[in-house]
Amino acid sequence: MDKLINQFEFGLFFWQILIFVGLIFLLKKFAWKPILDAVNTREQGIKDALLSAENARKEMENLQADNQRILNEARAERDAMLKEAREMREKMIADSKNEAQAQGQKMIEQAKAAIESEKNAAMAELKSQVSTLSLSIAEKLLKEELSNKESQTKLVEKMLGDVKLN
Amino acid sequence: MVISHKPLRFILAALIACLPLMSFSNTEKDSAHVQTEEAHGAVSEGHHTEPTDVKSKIKAFIGHHVLDSHDFTLTQDDETGKYYGFPLPVIIWDNGLHIFSSSKFNHGHSVAESNGNYYAINHHDGKIYRTDATGTISEDEKTGHPTNVRPLDFSITKTVLSIMVAALLMFWLFTSLAKSYAKNGGIASGVGRIFEPLVLFIRDDVAIPNIGEKHYKKYMSYLLTIFFFVLFLNIFGLTPLGINATGNFTVTFALAILTFLITNFSANKNYWGHIFWMPGVPKPMRIILAPIELLGVFIKPFSLMIRLYANIFAGHIVLMSIIGLMFIFKSWIGSTLSFGLSFVLSILEILVAFLQAYIFTMLSALYFGSAVEEHHHEEEGHH
Repeated sequence: MDKLINQFEFGLFFWQILIFVGLIFLLKKFAWKPILDAVNTREQGIKDALLSAENARKEMENLQADNQRILNEARAERDAMLKEAREMREKMIADSKNEAQAQGQKMIEQAKAAIESEKNAAMAELKSQVSTLSLSIAEKLLKEELSNKESQTKLVEKMLGDVKLN
Repeated sequence: MVISHKPLRFILAALIACLPLMSFSNTEKDSAHVQTEEAHGAVSEGHHTEPTDVKSKIKAFIGHHVLDSHDFTLTQDDETGKYYGFPLPVIIWDNGLHIFSSSKFNHGHSVAESNGNYYAINHHDGKIYRTDATGTISEDEKTGHPTNVRPLDFSITKTVLSIMVAALLMFWLFTSLAKSYAKNGGIASGVGRIFEPLVLFIRDDVAIPNIGEKHYKKYMSYLLTIFFFVLFLNIFGLTPLGINATGNFTVTFALAILTFLITNFSANKNYWGHIFWMPGVPKPMRIILAPIELLGVFIKPFSLMIRLYANIFAGHIVLMSIIGLMFIFKSWIGSTLSFGLSFVLSILEILVAFLQAYIFTMLSALYFGSAVEEHHHEEEGHH
């Protein structure tokens, strides 16, 4: 210990303190402050960059989710439209079929009515024709029959006989 | 931070990795040494007494190396008495300022004259004393210390010069690092870039955990400066320049006293409360604890001073002794082994250089942290 104390040198102590304290203040002003500031700014910058990257990633995810949703919606809409179209087509076909059927039915009815009326007309015509024809025949026959007395009486009798039967 | 734990882990891993290597080489070496030493001793006793002379020379050389010196001697030639190096300015205050070159001392062989006063360097402690024209240094009979007057010595000694060089180097490195941020858009470039991870390490693993997020900023300049200062001087000490600044008691004392002053001047009420009137213990205990705690205030920086000084000082002594063994053995096996051992020790010393700088900074931060710690003990007691 005595040797140690004997080693103490005031001049060296003076220079050491002077140089060292001077060095602390000089370095503080010209080195440590700028270095630490720069490092802090850089670290803050890195932190911010990471944060914004994370935000961008989240935004991207949101966007993708949106896209997916829109796509799904569009697909559903398309499906719905297709379904509607199909239904409409079927309905149209069914409708037209019904209409055609009704129309056909109607036409058949009309045709039937026309045929009936034609038939009736024809029948009437025929009837009148037959009646005239039968009248003329009857006329001719009567002329022939009634040319003698006997046959006239015979006919009257026959007719009377028919009336009796009725 | 991602990198934060790596340096510490690396140091630990390196330390553990070195341990078996060290112990292995040690045991092997010791046995080999004993054998060669015995063999050599037998030879030397038979022929001449030179080895003891070499031993004492090496001892004297190591003894002088660990002390400060007034000139910068890189090497010397014993046979021709020629020194390779350069003199340094001597500045003395002795009833007036005396400034002259240390070449006047002629490496302690001559007496220097300045403005009518005569000065000489004492061989034992390497310090300057005022003497008469012949340079007589009278010694105290009991203690062996010189009784001559010691003038106030403000010389730019080898240690002062190395401190200045370290300071200039640090200033250049870190200002260039600071400038490179602005130039390069917030990213370091150039040579200072090597030290950026260390700066971040000090901030994230030394300052913030020990002092706390709230107060750490005002201590950052001191912690960073002291870490790099100690580190650079430790590394300087491992170069062959023969510098031993952090192994100098005065330097570590100056560093420790700064930590002591900063701790106590920035201390809050809570810190002093814990020293003089410890909360949470019975009153008689508080009276007993107060002097112990007060003693702790001085012991903490004292331990800082001794730890750094002793580690570096011992490292230099051991390393130089082992290098010195090469010249004592003068045999191919002994010298090779001592070369190998000194190589391994040098690697260990590099680790110690980093470790001691880290520990000094870490403990300073710890003391600052205790000085500004917020009051929360009683709140904890309620829960």
